[in-house]
Amino acid sequence: MRRFILEGLIGRALTETAPGPDAEALEQIAASLSARARKRLGRSLAIRQVDAGSCNGCELEINALSNPYYDLERFGLHFVASPRHADVLMVTGPVTRNMAEALQRTYNAMPAPKWVITVGDCALDGGCFAGSYAITGGVSDVVPVDIHVPGCPPEPVKLLSALCAMIAGN
Amino acid sequence: MSRPPKLLWTRSRDFRALPFQVSDVPPAGWTALGTLLAEGKITLLGLWAEAPGVAMALYDPATRRVAVTRVRSRRGAVPSIGASHPPAQRLERAAADLTGLRFENAPDPRPWLDHGRWDIAHPLAGGAPHPGQPPYAFLPVKGESLHQVPVGPVHAGTIEPGHFRFTAQGETVVRLEERLGYVHKGIERLMQGADLARGAELAGRVSGDSTVAYAWAFAQAAEAALEIEVPARAFFLRGIMAELERLANHLGDFGAICNDAAFSMMLAQASVLREEVLRAASDCFGHRFMRDRIVPGGVTADLSAEGASRLRALLDRIRDRFPVLVDLYDNTASLLDRTVGTGWLSPTLAGQFGAGGFVGRASGRDYDTRRDLRYAPYDMVQVEVAGRKEGDVNARVWIRIKEVEHSLGLITQMLNTLPAGPILAEPVSLGETRSGLGLVEGFRGDILAWLSLDADGRIARCHMRDPSWFQWPLLEAVIEGNIIADFPLCNKSFNCSYSGHDL
Ligand code: SF4
Repeated sequence: MRRFILEGLIGRALTETAPGPDAEALEQIAASLSARARKRLGRSLAIRQVDAGSCNGCELEINALSNPYYDLERFGLHFVASPRHADVLMVTGPVTRNMAEALQRTYNAMPAPKWVITVGDCALDGGCFAGSYAITGGVSDVVPVDIHVPGCPPEPVKLLSALCAMIAGN
Repeated sequence: MSRPPKLLWTRSRDFRALPFQVSDVPPAGWTALGTLLAEGKITLLGLWAEAPGVAMALYDPATRRVAVTRVRSRRGAVPSIGASHPPAQRLERAAADLTGLRFENAPDPRPWLDHGRWDIAHPLAGGAPHPGQPPYAFLPVKGESLHQVPVGPVHAGTIEPGHFRFTAQGETVVRLEERLGYVHKGIERLMQGADLARGAELAGRVSGDSTVAYAWAFAQAAEAALEIEVPARAFFLRGIMAELERLANHLGDFGAICNDAAFSMMLAQASVLREEVLRAASDCFGHRFMRDRIVPGGVTADLSAEGASRLRALLDRIRDRFPVLVDLYDNTASLLDRTVGTGWLSPTLAGQFGAGGFVGRASGRDYDTRRDLRYAPYDMVQVEVAGRKEGDVNARVWIRIKEVEHSLGLITQMLNTLPAGPILAEPVSLGETRSGLGLVEGFRGDILAWLSLDADGRIARCHMRDPSWFQWPLLEAVIEGNIIADFPLCNKSFNCSYSGHDL
């Protein structure tokens, strides 16, 4: 245990330098976030993640955001357990029919103002699962979407810059 | 009772190179096989609907051979295997949902994957408009001072959705009932009529954490069906990718299990190592999870000389850092206090369900596809299989630790003997219907892929069975008598796949 503490004190931090906000995401967010809303949120956002039928690949990369390399919390971003504490809903998966209601209800449980960010190709329009009887066809068919992060799955750095775009500009 | 039918039992090296010969049996023989399974003489590898009936893959541990057998349905029904052998029950419920087949004498006829929310019913059998469905009937509970805690489908963390219904007496769980199917994407139907490339894409997205193992199992099935000769280098590259995938998952889960026992520092430390594996994978093969790198016929990404030394450096780094973490685990009494004796899985249940991976191996089930149903390149390297008998969370953690060490050794061996040459052979359709079987040891256990191709080389039926099918039911047994607060710990020590199960 002592070794870890010492290393932590004298070692070099692993954390990546912060990526710039993703230009495309910045544009998307500028359109949906009014200056007033941004002011109210300050530089801190609480995120509630919902898997609406992903293959679990996107979850792995979202979880990676909390490892010491990406260290999401240094940006004032953190994941919360309850939708009632959340500003942002982060959704993965093509929204299976079996999950659509749960997704809708999670969204409804969030206080306004609120935003939705979709992660991964299949969250956009079903991706490689498009056309299946078991999916609705994408997150925007169920809840309004503000930002989309493409990739299968998107790399953590991409996720990070999209999230940075959400808090940038204040 | 009738005698068990004669089946064609096939050795690993034969079914990996050739199309699979299915043994057709009459209904009486099918029932007799159920009895044989119940007696524990053979192990169930999978059960799925395939016109004109139901098929089953079986493993004989004594001879290390595999058989695939099929029974025809009569008036839309087949005898239930689940009636005598519980591990088949959920597979039968799923098959009934997807095709409308009835399983005679099935002890639990409730739907499983079908929540009554699809437009169509029985999607694999044409799919008529869905007639709707009454609300799901959870098992009734009777007794004094019991209370129920429903959890999910949306959970508190960034994890997959599923519903757990706990019945507790005070703090103690007296029953857990799982309800799954929330992430059912209809992959098996999407597979129908697809070509091999599309099939491989979908297979790699059944369970993201096992994308390499799934793509490999699918490729194996296709290669056996079409008798494709895969170049030797491709086998080794597949092996390296699969062991990297195992490393990343075991490292990540090791930290996550400790985190669920409130020891968050281990999560931070282990997730650093996990991240480094993923970065190396990305540098060497162009994708952090090495997705879409394995295709029928070989692999699509070669390993350069720099890549190989990048991997060696990664192995050195893990060899240096990981033992320190293991020491810390083993010397932290507050952590062991949570993991030792918690979530006990009996060897009997592990054997009955044919539990794969660390779940089975921590409860005395000595099975590993890489050794017992060998496939290249594991027939050309030294494979060690970890085993323990205690069956608690701690034992499962230790199996993971040992497997990290073994994977490091395997990658080194493969790098040392990596043959030169091409990495891909083009699959050619042979103009006739063919079937093949793939079986790959993913990090979670054995993944089965069954593939039937039509004369044009298109997919007539593809069934992929995740190891979680035989682990999820055991989690229900394991939590009994534990406190609810230990559920996350037990659950994480299993880490079953929702997506792999729901498909
Ligand atoms: S985008 Fe890709 S990785 Fe993400 S959930 Fe969909 S299939 Fe999986």
